[in-house]
Amino acid sequence: MIWNIARTALIALRRDRAALALSFVLPVVFFSIFAAVFGGQRDTTPKVSLIVVDQDQSRASQELLRALKRESSLVVSTRPESKKGTMPDYTAATAEAAVKAGDAPVALIIPKGFGQNPIGFGPDNGGSSIELLNDESDTIAPQIVVGLLQKAAMTAMPAEMAEQGMKYTDKYIGGLTPDQRKTMADNLASLRKIENDRTLNGSSNGDSNGAGIIAVKTRAVVGQDKQNPTLSFEAAAIGVMFLLFTASGSAGALLDEAESGTLDRVLSSRVTMTTLLAGKLTFNTLLAFAQLVVMFLWAWAAFKVDLFGHIPGFVVMGLCTAFAVAAFGMMLASICHTRAQLGAVSTLLILVMSAVGGSMFPRFLMPEAMQKAGLFTINAWAIDGFTKVFWRDLPVWQLWQQVSVLLATGVVLFVVARRIGRRWESA
Amino acid sequence: MKTELSPTATAAPLAIDALVKRFAQVTAVDGVSLAVRSGECLGLLGPNGAGKSTLIRSIVGRVVPDSGRVMVFGHPSDSTSARLALGWVPQELAVYPRLSCRENLAAFGRYHGSGGQQLAKAVDWCLEWAALKDRAGELAKNLSGGMKRRLNMAAGILHSPKLVLMDEPTVGVDPQSRNRIFEMIEALKAEGTAIIYTTHYMEEAERLCDRIAIIDHGRIIAEGTAEELVRNAFASRSQVVAHFDGDPDRIAQWVEGHNGRMVDATAQFTIERSTEIAGLLDDAAKSGLALVDVSLRRPNLESVFLHLTGRELRE
Repeated sequence: MIWNIARTALIALRRDRAALALSFVLPVVFFSIFAAVFGGQRDTTPKVSLIVVDQDQSRASQELLRALKRESSLVVSTRPESKKGTMPDYTAATAEAAVKAGDAPVALIIPKGFGQNPIGFGPDNGGSSIELLNDESDTIAPQIVVGLLQKAAMTAMPAEMAEQGMKYTDKYIGGLTPDQRKTMADNLASLRKIENDRTLNGSSNGDSNGAGIIAVKTRAVVGQDKQNPTLSFEAAAIGVMFLLFTASGSAGALLDEAESGTLDRVLSSRVTMTTLLAGKLTFNTLLAFAQLVVMFLWAWAAFKVDLFGHIPGFVVMGLCTAFAVAAFGMMLASICHTRAQLGAVSTLLILVMSAVGGSMFPRFLMPEAMQKAGLFTINAWAIDGFTKVFWRDLPVWQLWQQVSVLLATGVVLFVVARRIGRRWESA
Repeated sequence: MKTELSPTATAAPLAIDALVKRFAQVTAVDGVSLAVRSGECLGLLGPNGAGKSTLIRSIVGRVVPDSGRVMVFGHPSDSTSARLALGWVPQELAVYPRLSCRENLAAFGRYHGSGGQQLAKAVDWCLEWAALKDRAGELAKNLSGGMKRRLNMAAGILHSPKLVLMDEPTVGVDPQSRNRIFEMIEALKAEGTAIIYTTHYMEEAERLCDRIAIIDHGRIIAEGTAEELVRNAFASRSQVVAHFDGDPDRIAQWVEGHNGRMVDATAQFTIERSTEIAGLLDDAAKSGLALVDVSLRRPNLESVFLHLTGRELRE
C-alpha cells in the first residue's frame, strides 16, 4: 500500500513539469552558480581593475608598474579607455574621480621621489608611501592589490632591494670600507643588467613571500563617511529580488481572472486588452515602488541609510526599477497558463536572475563571464543604479545608462506580454 | 433604471445570420440564424455541449465566428455601440472575490464608461434589484451561492443594457434563490429589455421565455412559443406515463414493442385518444407486468426535445 501511494505521487510529479524543474533543475543551476563564484577555478577567477598613476617616472616606479601589469589577476590601466583616441594619463585627481565613479575599485598613486628610496624595512622604512585609493564597497580588491604590490616589489626590484639592504648595513652595522662599497656597486650593476634583460624578455620569475617592504597609505575615497558600508547595497539587492517575486505574484491576478471568467467579462466591456494590461502594469509598478519606499524608509529609520539625502536619485531609480520588474511580472503571467505554473517558473527565473545579477552576493566576486551574464538581468542594472545614488553620491544625470536599460527592458517585456496576451482576447 | 444608449430605433436588438463557429474538428455553432425583439425573452434550450454558450460568446464578441454575422441594434457585435447595448451574465461567477458587492458593481460600471452620480445611482438600483442592498459591503467571496449568482447578474446589467445575454444564471442555486432570480428577470422584461436566456431546465424556459429555440449539435432544430413547439411536434396527441414493477429488461422490451420509450425508469407512450390507455394497460397485464401507477399528460418541452433528437435534455 505504501508503494501504491508513492507510485501515485511519482506519476503526479512526472506530469508536473514545473515541480520537476524546481526539484531537479534549480538545485543544479544554483550549485553551478555558487561553484563558479566560490569554487576558485583559476581560469575564471575575477580580475581586479587597478588604476596606476606614476608621478615619479623613475626606474623603480616603472619597474613596479611593469611588474603589476604582469600580474594575471590585475587589469592595470594608466589612462582612461576611450574609443575616440588616446586619452591623457590619469592624474591623482582623475584617478580619484574614476574610483568614485566606480570605474575601478582601487587606484595607486606612486608619488614623486618614490624611486630614491622605494623600499623600507621595519619602522624606519623612510620611503615615500604609495597612496592607495579605494572604494569601501569592495573590501576584497584593496587587499589583493596591496598583496600583489608587495610581491611585485620583491620580484621586480632586486637591485633596489639589494641597494637598500646595503644602505641599512652601512647605517646600522658601522660603515662599509671603500672596497666593500665598490664591490657592492659592481654587483648591483650586474643585478640591474639581469633585471634589464628580464624586462626585455618579458619574463617573470621568483615567487617570494613577504609584505610591507613598500609603504602604502590607504585612503577610502568612496564610502569613507558612510555609517554602514554595505547596507545601501543590501537594501537595493534584496529589495529588487523581492520586488520581482511580488511583481510576478501580483501579475498572476491576470491568470485568476482568466480562470474565473472575470477577464472575459471585462474584455466584453469598453476595456481593451492593451488598456487592461497597461492598467495592471501601472498598478504593479506603483506597488513595487511603494515596496521600495517602505524598505528604504525602514533602512533609514533602523540602519541610518541616508534616504532623504538622495531623494531625486531614489525616486528615479525606484520608478525605473519598479517599471521593469512590473513588466517582467506581466510577461511571466502572460506566458504561463496557471498560477501553479507561474509560481514555479517565476521562482526558477527570479532566483537565477538574483544570483547572477548580484542580489545574493556582489558581482565583483564573480568570474568575468558571470559578471557579463549578470548584465542581462534587471537586478544588476537596478543595483548598479542604487549604488550610484546611495554609495557614490552621483548626480541623477549619471544614472542615464541604468535608467535607459531598465526603461527599455520594461517596454520590451510589456510588448511581449501584450503579444502573448492575444490568446485571451477571443477564441 | 434608464438607459443612456440610443440604439437604432428600427433595428432589432439582435439579428444573427448564418453564424458558424468551429473549434478544430468540432462545429460548435452550425449556421444559426436568430432574431430577438425588444422586450422579448428568447430561451435557448439545449443539453450540455449543444452550443449555447459558444453562441452567447459569439454575440458578446468573446468568440470570433468563422462565418456569419451578428448585429446588435444594427451595429456589428464587436463595435463599441454594440458593447454598450449588450449586457452579459456569464455562466461562471465572473466577479472579483476580494471586492465587496458595491465595489464589484462600481468597477464593472466604470469599465463600461459610467461614473459619478450616475454610477452611484446605478449601483444602488442594481443592489436593490438583486436584493443585495443589506449585503452591499460584504466581500463577494463571503456571499452564499445564490447571492453570488445574483451579484453576477447585477454586474451584467449595471450599465443599463437593452439586450441582456444570460448564460445559465441559475446553475447550482437553491430553489429559493432561483425564484428570486426569476423575479429579477421578470422585472427586467417589464422594463422592455430584450433577453436571451440559455438553460437546460425546461421549467425555466417555460416560465420565463416568450419564445424558445431548441439547439442541438450547434443547430436550431425548432423555434417558437412553448405551445407552438409542443403543437408542432405532437399536434393533439397526449402522453401516457406508466411505472411498472419487475425485471427492467423485460419492461423495456415490452415498452419498445408498443412504440414507447423508457425515460428515467418510466414508460412513456404517445397516444391520439385517451381511450388507447385501456388497451395498453390490458396488454401490460396480459404480459405479466405489474403496474404501479399511470398518468395522462400533455407533452412538454422535454417531450419535444426527446421527440426531435431522441435524447433527453439533461443528458
